[in-house]
Amino acid sequence: MQNDSQVKIQVRNLSKVFGDDPKKALKLRDEGLKRPEILEKTGQTLGLSNIDFDVRDGELLVIMGLSGSGKSTLIRCLNRLIEPTEGDIIIGGENIPRLSEKALLQCRRRHFSMVFQNFALFPHRTVQMNAEYGLEIRGIPKAERQEKATHALKQVGLEGWEHAYPTQLSGGMQQRVGLARALANDASVLLMDEAFSALDPLIRRDMQQELIELQHRTKKTTIFITHDLDEAINIGDRIILLRDGEIVQIGTPEEILTHPADDYVARFIQGVDKSRVVSAQRTMRPVRATARDTDGPRTVLRKMVENGLDSIYVVDRERRLLGIVTVDEIDAAAKSGQEAIDTLISKDFPSVGPDEPLASLYKMFTGNSYPIAVIDEDSRLMGVVVKGAVLEQLAEAEAE
Amino acid sequence: MMDFDIPRIPLGDWIEGGLDFLTSEFSGVTRAISRTTQTGISLLNDGLMWMPIWALMALVILLCWRLSGRRLAIGALLGLGLIWNLGLWNPMIQTLTLVVLATLVAIVIALPLGILAAVSDRFYRVIMPILDFMQTMPAFVYLIPAIPFFGIGSVSGIFATVIFSMPPAIRFTTLGIRQVPKELVEAADAFGSTRSQKLVKVQLPLSLPTVMGGINQTIMLALSMVVIAAMIGANGLGSEVWRAIQRLRPGEGFEAGIAVVIMAMLLDRLTQTLSGRKKKP
Repeated sequence: MQNDSQVKIQVRNLSKVFGDDPKKALKLRDEGLKRPEILEKTGQTLGLSNIDFDVRDGELLVIMGLSGSGKSTLIRCLNRLIEPTEGDIIIGGENIPRLSEKALLQCRRRHFSMVFQNFALFPHRTVQMNAEYGLEIRGIPKAERQEKATHALKQVGLEGWEHAYPTQLSGGMQQRVGLARALANDASVLLMDEAFSALDPLIRRDMQQELIELQHRTKKTTIFITHDLDEAINIGDRIILLRDGEIVQIGTPEEILTHPADDYVARFIQGVDKSRVVSAQRTMRPVRATARDTDGPRTVLRKMVENGLDSIYVVDRERRLLGIVTVDEIDAAAKSGQEAIDTLISKDFPSVGPDEPLASLYKMFTGNSYPIAVIDEDSRLMGVVVKGAVLEQLAEAEAE
Repeated sequence: MMDFDIPRIPLGDWIEGGLDFLTSEFSGVTRAISRTTQTGISLLNDGLMWMPIWALMALVILLCWRLSGRRLAIGALLGLGLIWNLGLWNPMIQTLTLVVLATLVAIVIALPLGILAAVSDRFYRVIMPILDFMQTMPAFVYLIPAIPFFGIGSVSGIFATVIFSMPPAIRFTTLGIRQVPKELVEAADAFGSTRSQKLVKVQLPLSLPTVMGGINQTIMLALSMVVIAAMIGANGLGSEVWRAIQRLRPGEGFEAGIAVVIMAMLLDRLTQTLSGRKKKP
């Protein structure tokens, strides 16, 4: 979650006016007028106003807003399907709004591939040829583009459908083709414009999950547009909340839910089930004491007594979690004069990753009296979650 | 009744002046066009005449069968048989020659213009009124300037036919390209397609059924016009009708007319199935 990753795209001061005298509209904006007043006075729509944000390399950034919030305009300004009125969009040292027509084509080919709400597949091309489109227009040799397209289709689970036509596929499968077409292109940023909004809810869930997995695997920088907060929270590493063409808040799903920037955001998130969102990391407490695998039973017993614990997690030198021992067993071992504890370590303990939602933590307490260990990717112990803390968080979520 | 004389605008004089100017200034060009077209007509006509009647008939029937089905094939057999029986085979071949050539020329001119009108709004605004003009002007009027340009005969007939039958091909091409869904064009743009890649890989293939519909219309108009063009000496079924009118022989007139109807139906069904087939992936 730490902000040490590299910046992929910088968006600075981006504005878009729909109308024939944008300068006038922007001047009124600078005088402090809002979208409805500007529309009334000039007949022009302030689509985006002073948008500032960074896209980090490898993140899945969600831009979320209701219809009319400017989210579709924003994503289309990035690759200039819509011309921005003012502002900078910097990717790989190039400032997109300043690019010549020719340089823009190259920039689109190198940096952006896009997935559309209504799929926008080419109906006269087979699935395979759709997936090859981006490579084809770049003049990639046939053998190479076939290989890449086949690989992309495999990634989205469409093996065996290469020779079908889009109309022969279901909506979910069509969007997989759309995704494969974007992935095959191997551009550095994936733009997804309400990519799952046209799918029915069950398929949508599946696709979200697959996108998350794919994105974690490939580390492809992804910008995802949605009007659905649940979707944003489910898939986003960070979320940008947009309203009336302005950014209301930028943050992780958790930050937005726990510290809404203003009333608007607070009202927005009311309907969201927090237990699905608040994570183990947020609920966990630091571990008061851990045993080392090299400790003898007496040392461990003393640590437990001092901290009032009846079970303790055992870690190695790298703080990797090995297992758990209980006070009864340690006590017995100490009395019998045993030298090492390694035979006593039980592997039968609950553990979760830091992003595990609260709801599933609660279920883990049934039939288990140990605190839940929270471990990172290298199975290092980060902290523990006790039952009381979970109940507390749930109650809090309930109260709001 | 009108004492004060508003001078009559000499519109006709101007047009004639313009035409005279064109005829004299471009006589080299018109003569060259005339010669090539005449060669084309003779070649195609001789080719079709050289084939034995039964072979050509079999070829058409086979084509109807493969492209459409048994019903059209049987229709072709009966229709062509009737034409042959009435002794109208040779005039029919002459008419077919003119239709084919005129349509080819019309398409060659119409497709680029239609594409241009689809991608350029300015050109669209210029050409649409011209097309309206071309389509509403009574067909006979085109015959008149054809004569000073190309003289009496089939070349003039083709010239008038091309002008008369071209507009639908242009219109349908433009319409077809403009009708390609916006999001598909956007998708092509998003991947960094150049203008011509967009046209060749997305817009043209997707507009093909509409374009084929336009070509079908062009063929139909061409057929009706080559018949009328008999008035300025174009050969074929039209001249049979024309002769029947002059001699007041309704029977003969109707026989030739029915032959035209049969041709029209065959050409229409054939080109329709051709465009229908392209629609399916």
